[in-house]
Amino acid sequence: MAAAQLQVHVVSADNEVYSGVATMVVARTVDGEIGILPGHEPMLAILAGGDVRVTGNDGSKVTARADGGFLSVENNNVSIVASYAELVD
Amino acid sequence: MGAQLRVYRQKIRSAQTTKKITRAMELISASRIQKAQARVAAATPYSRAVTRAVSAVATYSNVAHILTTEPAQVDRAAIVIFASDRGLAGAFSSNVLREAEQLAELLREQGKDVVYYLVGRKAQGYFSFRNRQAARIWTGGTDAPVFETAQEIGQEIVDAFLRDTAEGGVDEIHIVYNRFVNMVSQVPEVVRVLPLEIVDGVDVPGEAEVLPLYEFEPEADTVLDALLPVYIESRIYNAMLQSAASEHASRQRAMKSASDNADKLIREYTRLANNARQSEITQQISEIVGGADALSGAKK
Repeated sequence: MAAAQLQVHVVSADNEVYSGVATMVVARTVDGEIGILPGHEPMLAILAGGDVRVTGNDGSKVTARADGGFLSVENNNVSIVASYAELVD
Repeated sequence: MGAQLRVYRQKIRSAQTTKKITRAMELISASRIQKAQARVAAATPYSRAVTRAVSAVATYSNVAHILTTEPAQVDRAAIVIFASDRGLAGAFSSNVLREAEQLAELLREQGKDVVYYLVGRKAQGYFSFRNRQAARIWTGGTDAPVFETAQEIGQEIVDAFLRDTAEGGVDEIHIVYNRFVNMVSQVPEVVRVLPLEIVDGVDVPGEAEVLPLYEFEPEADTVLDALLPVYIESRIYNAMLQSAASEHASRQRAMKSASDNADKLIREYTRLANNARQSEITQQISEIVGGADALSGAKK
C-alpha cells in the first residue's frame, strides 16, 4: 500500500474549502482524535468542533477548522463535511 | 390637439415608462443569474458528499434506523413548497404550486393527511387567498437564500418527522421546487426526501461482492441521528439555491417578453397617433378651404 494516497475533500455548506491528495488526515471526532492513513476501513464519524489537519503529499500541512459535521472514509476517499468550515493559516 | 390624438400619446408614454421598468428588471435578473448559478455550483460538493454518505449508509449497512426504514403506515405527509417572494416572474410560482396541488391530490387519494410548509410570499398569498392553513411559512430572501434559513426549515421538518403521528408528526416529507436546468428551462420537481428514496452516487453492489463494512463512531445510531438533519438541510439548501436561480432566469424571460410587448405597443400606437394627427390636419384644411369658398361666394 506504499503508493496509496488519500483523496481529501473538505466541504462546507456553500463551498469546497479544500481538496487535494494527502498521506494523512488527523481529525477530532466526538470520541477523540483519529488519524487516517491510506487503506483505512470505511468509516463514518461525527466530528467534534475543532481543527482537521491534513498532511499533504509533499509534506505540506493544511489545517482547516470544521464546525459540526462528519467525516467519511471509503476507498481512500476522505470527506470532511461541515456546515461551516474554513482554512486556518 | 384632438382628443383622439391625446389618448394615443398618453398610451405611448405609459408603454414607454413600463418598458423602462421591465427592461431594468430584465437586466438586473440577467446579472443575478450568474451569481445564483455560481452559488448552486459552489454548494454542490457539499450536497454530493452528504448524499453519498447517506446513500452509502442506506445501501451498505443493515442498521435499522428511522432514516433508512420505510414506516409501515403513512398517515400524514408534509409538503415543502419553494415559491418566490415577488411576482413578475412568469409562471414561476404557479408552476410549483400546481405541481404541489397534484402531489397533495395524489397523497390524499392514498389516504394521507397533507401538511404544508411554505417558503416565499407568493405561496403564502396563494394559501391565504384560499383560506388554507400551512404549518409554517418562511418569507423573505428567496432570491438570495442563506444557509441559516435552510437550517431553520430543516430543523422544523426533522422535528415534525421525529414526532409521533398522534402528536402531529409526519411520516413522509416531500419537497417541491423549480429545478434550474438551463437559462431557458426550469422544471418544477417533486422529490421525496424522507424516507430516503433515491440512492445515487453509490453503485449498488453485485451479488458476489462483499459489502464494505462501515465503521461508525461512536455508534451507528448516533451517527445516523446526526446525519439525518445534515442531510435534510443540504437537500433544502440545494432546493432553495436552485429555486433562486430559476426565479432569476424565469423573471428575466418574463421581463424580456414584457419589454418586447411594450415595444410592439409603442409602434402600433405611434402609427395610430400619426393617423389621427394626419386626419386632424386634413379636416382642418378642408374646413379652411370650405370657409374660404363660402366667403368668396358671398362677396360676388
